[in-house]
Amino acid sequence: MKLKQVQKILKAQSHTGEALLEAEVSAACGCDLMSDVLAFASDHILLLTGLVNLQVIRTAEMLDIKGIVFVRGKVPTEDMKKLAEEKQICLLSTNQPLYVACGKLYSKGLGEKGGS
Amino acid sequence: MRLHYEVEGEDFLRAGEASAAVKRILKQLGISTEYIRKVAIAMYEAEMNMVIHGKGGEIDVTLTGEKIEITLKDRGLGIPDIDLAMQEGYSTASAQIRELGFGAGMGLPNIKRYSDTLKITSKCGEGTMVYIEVLLK
Repeated sequence: MKLKQVQKILKAQSHTGEALLEAEVSAACGCDLMSDVLAFASDHILLLTGLVNLQVIRTAEMLDIKGIVFVRGKVPTEDMKKLAEEKQICLLSTNQPLYVACGKLYSKGLGEKGGS
Repeated sequence: MRLHYEVEGEDFLRAGEASAAVKRILKQLGISTEYIRKVAIAMYEAEMNMVIHGKGGEIDVTLTGEKIEITLKDRGLGIPDIDLAMQEGYSTASAQIRELGFGAGMGLPNIKRYSDTLKITSKCGEGTMVYIEVLLK
């Protein structure tokens, strides 16, 4: 699924360049604990989280995660946006809570092998 | 190839930069993504420990054709009981650290999970040395 579709399904706001919305994800992981993401997440997934700090971007970088959705209306800081642009990671924000956002993507066919 | 990094304690803006730099170098060398992933996760967790608990320190990385060795020496208080610290879920991290998404007692178990060798030596009051080896298979 393209991140552009994820944006549409979750009625999400994009905080990074348009081109990054073209990236493909095949699974997703919904988690606020970065150590769990590091332990269990698989390659090239979408991360959905309610946590907003630079370590979220760093964690995504370590795992080659191409897209992060901040749930519950959370918005990334300027530092986070800058680092994400540099690392080519797409940042989205949705007003949906984590459970609902994951459910909507799952029901639209985004796979479950993302870990956590 | 030898690399050296200085890490500041409790600098959460720069935490992870050394691991990101090593990841970038391994990518430039054309090393497989599976291997890079193991090294990046193990080193990032260890670097975060150094920032969170260790008051910063030094990281030395040696890369040969066979393996990567990462040695982290911190300036922290040391670990009184290493076996206890290795248990999943055990942590002494503050609420502030937990808010960053760490401090849930997964750091050392994660390093063990992604490395081929993990050695920890620690003396109370003198800091901790973490040695990580990942074999290039």
